Amino acid sequence: MSMVLSELSVGQQIGSRSIEVTRQDLVRYAGASGDFNPIHWNERFARMVELPGVIAHGMFTMGAAVQLVTDWAGDPGAVVDYQTRFTKPVTVEDVDGAVGAVIEVTGTIGAVNEDDATVRVDLAVTAGGQKVLVKAQALVRVR
Amino acid sequence: MSINPNLQGRSYPSGEVYDVGREKIREFARAVKATHAAHFDVEAARTLGYEDLVAPPTFAIIVAQRADAQLIEDPEAGVDFSRVVHAEQRFTHHRPIVAGDRLVAELHVDQVRSMGGGAMLTTRAEISTPEGERVATTTSSILVRGENQ
Repeated sequence: MSMVLSELSVGQQIGSRSIEVTRQDLVRYAGASGDFNPIHWNERFARMVELPGVIAHGMFTMGAAVQLVTDWAGDPGAVVDYQTRFTKPVTVEDVDGAVGAVIEVTGTIGAVNEDDATVRVDLAVTAGGQKVLVKAQALVRVR
Repeated sequence: MSINPNLQGRSYPSGEVYDVGREKIREFARAVKATHAAHFDVEAARTLGYEDLVAPPTFAIIVAQRADAQLIEDPEAGVDFSRVVHAEQRFTHHRPIVAGDRLVAELHVDQVRSMGGGAMLTTRAEISTPEGERVATTTSSILVRGENQ
């Protein structure tokens, strides 16, 4: 890891990323995580429980969004704490051969803690122009 | 069906041991679109100082949700899974999870709050090795929507 604590400051951007999501991605996440709630793959069921359609697992969005931080840190094990609130569901459209939703992630340094050598990265995460994660914060250990 | 208000303070003991495998780390990493080499290549992980492949930061959800299942499937709890919406999630890593780890999770119901016709349930999974080494603490808040919510 090449980060030096003294070179990091609050307000500094760590980068941004667009994550394209398809129904297949949700099926893959369901299988990998073991979360088979039908609201994430069954349109009929999702509408029956009064959702706008099939929605991404909140944990898919949270898990995919933090990749910006891991890649910036250069070490997935450096993320010592990661939290978020889920505000709006990410509806993933069923479209042949095209993307069903796009999640936009931007990371900004929110705090630099000299005493325990960590930085807090605040993630802004939106889909279709709406905030889908709020107070998404990753605490990164800087060696 | 409604949430049992007496759930707060209840805990569920660690169930079966979860064996963290290399292929599961790779599979989960692909599923969250992670590309860092330390999830896929043992040598890359060792270069960073880990014994084996490193799990992505949200991997512990697999272990935590297994523990949560005990609560959701508890007929006394009164949770209608089809009306559950994930509201908040936090992972605190006491150390990174690596392939070869053997993990157990003890579940605690920290808070039950009525919200309209539904309820907000906050649970905490204390993830450790069977020998008692602390690995991660996860907290989840789920909203169980009432009718017309």
